[in-house]
Amino acid sequence: MNQAIKRVWVALTMMFVVCLAGLSYIQFFSAEKLADNSLNKRQLYREFDLPRGAILVDGKPIAESVPTDDGQFTYQRKYNNPEEYAHLTGYYSLANGSTHLESDLNSWLTGSSSDLVFDRLTAMFTGKKAEGASVELTIDGELQKKAYEMIPDGLRATIVVTDPKTGDILAMASKPSFDPNDLAVHSTVKAAENMKKLTNVKGLSPYINPAIGNLVAPGSSFKILSTVAALESGEYDLNTVLDNPTRIVLPGTNTELGNFEAGICARQPRAKLEFIFTQSCNTPFVNISEKLGEKPYEDVTERFGFGQQLNIPQSVTASVFPTGMTASQLAMSTIGQFDTKTTSLQMNMVAMAIANDGVIMQPNMIDKVIAPDLRVIEDPKPKAFSTATTKEVADTVAELMKGPVQSGTAMNAAVPGVDLRVKTGTAQIGDTKLVNSWITGFAPGDDPQVAITVNIEQVDYDTGHNTAGSLMKKMTEAVFNK
Amino acid sequence: MSELHTAPVPRRNLELVLLLLALSVGAAAFFLVGSSSDANDNTDFFVQTGILAGLALLMHIMLRIFAKYADPVILPITVALNSLGLAMIHRIDLAKTTDQSMRQLLWTAIAVIIAAVVLWAIRDHRMLRRFTYIALLASIILLLLPMIPGFGVTINGARIWVRLGPFSMQPGELAKITLSIFFAGYLSSNRDLILMAGRKLGPLQLPRLRDMAPMVVAWVLSIGVLVVQRDLGSSILFFGLFIVMIYVATARISWVLIGLLMVAAGGVFAATTMSHVTRRIDVWLNAFSPEIYQARGGSMQIVEGLFGMADGGLFGTGLGEGSPYRVPLANSDMIIASFGEEIGLIGLSAIVLLYMLLISRGLRAALGSRDTFGKLLAAGLSFTLGLQCVVIIGGVSRLIPLTGLATPFMAAGGSSLLANWIIVALLLMISHNSRRPMLGGVGPTDEVATPGAMTTKAVKNV
Repeated sequence: MNQAIKRVWVALTMMFVVCLAGLSYIQFFSAEKLADNSLNKRQLYREFDLPRGAILVDGKPIAESVPTDDGQFTYQRKYNNPEEYAHLTGYYSLANGSTHLESDLNSWLTGSSSDLVFDRLTAMFTGKKAEGASVELTIDGELQKKAYEMIPDGLRATIVVTDPKTGDILAMASKPSFDPNDLAVHSTVKAAENMKKLTNVKGLSPYINPAIGNLVAPGSSFKILSTVAALESGEYDLNTVLDNPTRIVLPGTNTELGNFEAGICARQPRAKLEFIFTQSCNTPFVNISEKLGEKPYEDVTERFGFGQQLNIPQSVTASVFPTGMTASQLAMSTIGQFDTKTTSLQMNMVAMAIANDGVIMQPNMIDKVIAPDLRVIEDPKPKAFSTATTKEVADTVAELMKGPVQSGTAMNAAVPGVDLRVKTGTAQIGDTKLVNSWITGFAPGDDPQVAITVNIEQVDYDTGHNTAGSLMKKMTEAVFNK
Repeated sequence: MSELHTAPVPRRNLELVLLLLALSVGAAAFFLVGSSSDANDNTDFFVQTGILAGLALLMHIMLRIFAKYADPVILPITVALNSLGLAMIHRIDLAKTTDQSMRQLLWTAIAVIIAAVVLWAIRDHRMLRRFTYIALLASIILLLLPMIPGFGVTINGARIWVRLGPFSMQPGELAKITLSIFFAGYLSSNRDLILMAGRKLGPLQLPRLRDMAPMVVAWVLSIGVLVVQRDLGSSILFFGLFIVMIYVATARISWVLIGLLMVAAGGVFAATTMSHVTRRIDVWLNAFSPEIYQARGGSMQIVEGLFGMADGGLFGTGLGEGSPYRVPLANSDMIIASFGEEIGLIGLSAIVLLYMLLISRGLRAALGSRDTFGKLLAAGLSFTLGLQCVVIIGGVSRLIPLTGLATPFMAAGGSSLLANWIIVALLLMISHNSRRPMLGGVGPTDEVATPGAMTTKAVKNV
């Protein structure tokens, strides 16, 4: 009998050993595999239970983690002035993931960045929860507020304001916007419901910041770049007299292209660049493109940032200047039509280059990163993104950009007492009656403080032209407190 | 047949030292759990620790009076496990703002007091032998209770609960004790008949049917009722108990083989015909498929438990620092996973070793017991405890399908706590009887079942 009892003991012991082996397998040998399993949300849950760093503008949080007692998590992400900043902050959501800065700054905000390794170690030994770092943006809260509020409701419009000397982004606002708080609710059901509501809003995507994600035909605002190409070639200068016919047949086709009928281009059948640029005449640029060929335009657009990867730290969609075009396609491209497509930020970078003697400073939204103990752990210094053109060419174009405000297409943007330099643009959208309206420029001319770009998408010509000009005017007034 | 002798020394002081150690482990766990949460409820800590210490001391004093030669390790291990369980339940309470730990403490108090009453009232396990057939009747009643309409309740698909006012009970938990008593009593009386009489079939000695009849009835009843009640875990438990007790009584490995064959046949039958068993097995095998993970009653529980344990890794997140509350039933069925997450593989292994030690001490009492009944009862009870642990740990670690068995002494649940404390009281009693001095310790009620006992009697008669 005792023999049998001993055997029972052996059998039980063996079973226990198998159990211990099973536990070792789970907790040690396959622990990493289990942690990486797609069903495993623990890392996410952990993040949601930690105080996430704030995103600050002028020292005040626009996104912060506030303690909550909803029973699910310790903290709730809260967005202040949510609509103004929705396209910048994005959202941080259990159900919908995270987007924009909430995603791009994640390693700092959660404190998992390697810059915070010391803080994590300290937290481990003191038993406190590791806190994330806060990120202060370069955005000027007042400008951002004004920019957002001045855009009329119902329009799809974007305003970008930067400092051409540093690359700091001072304002970047778009409508339509949304409230990220709706998407950050912890209830996955509610979050999904709210997300569904957003997808029904025309012209809105919670995944895309329009200023850096919407590619739009730039229309005549692209003529800044065409003019740079012409000046750089050495074939043209301010004194060159060009043919300025009312209509022109596009090279290699029967298609006619005309100057804008409502304008006054027809007054000067032969004109200097100053007149052409001021009145935004099309036909001379067709001739120039025929003479220069594709290559110079390719070079210029690339130097100005087209086709290039850029993070501000949100990822900017690369703007497109097509290659391998026929002469007529090239002609259309040089006036910002055909397949030429840019983001609002790209056009603003064009203005930044002209304002800053041809050098584009890297556009950037991060002012500084502040550790939980208020130590500054990252303080990005202004750096050059590219030398887009020579100082001489930039100065010449800057001169030309006086015209539209004084006597041309952008007189409605003029602000008394401010030397504003701009170029307007109107891009037709296919065969529709709708256009994309642009205006981009900088001020003041002698010592540029800001570069401002306004873009209104898919709007009728009159509304677009008038609103773009008036937004440029109001924005300039806002900057210079006029 | 023989028994192992231990020097007849009462080891109560050693027990007291070990008890203090066990209590301080429990108190430390409880303190860590409370201090890592924001709630500053030190009162809870003092109340729970104080009550637990009082209960442990009560049991200790009872042993000093009624069973002073009892094994000194059993009680401290039990107290350690019970208090660790309470700490974890409290930890889950803090996360979920529930109040299960007070309830568990209340049940602990009831269980310990009843265990003390068992010690005081029974004193000598051999008197239980008189209740062999009453134990069978009691088992039947306990197992049938939940089937009574209006009295029994179905929870999580298993009809194994009865409701008594504010309390829910699982009478089946107590049935494992009464069945053990019945098996031990019956087998110790009819052991020789089962062994000797009957036809030989090749190497197998088949017993006569009528000698086996009450056993078969008991077995069919327990399994049958459990199949109807859909409680897979208890089925496995009773089946295992049945096989092991026959094996211990007869020492014939053929019984184990027959038993295992029956388990296999029953398993295949259940897996192919019973939908809830098929489902369990599907959930077990394909736990990581997203459909099964998301399905109602799917693998979410086990998979979340695995994720939690993987999170804990070797050293664990620390008590109160992990998120075991993400796992459904984190304080009962999945409490092993909760420990795995928060005290890591190392801590969980320590708990598993405590169980092994406890069961080894139980089987040691069986080895030392001077009567067949005691041997069988101690072996059966210890095995029940061991099998429960193995089935639940195997289930949580996905070695076998997860069943709703309670982790002894730790899982939230009153019936299991009560039953297991009674088992501990019986084991303590049997170990006392096997370790006490021989002379004078043998009463007139001793049946002449073992050569050892016979010698004692002979000596006395001289």
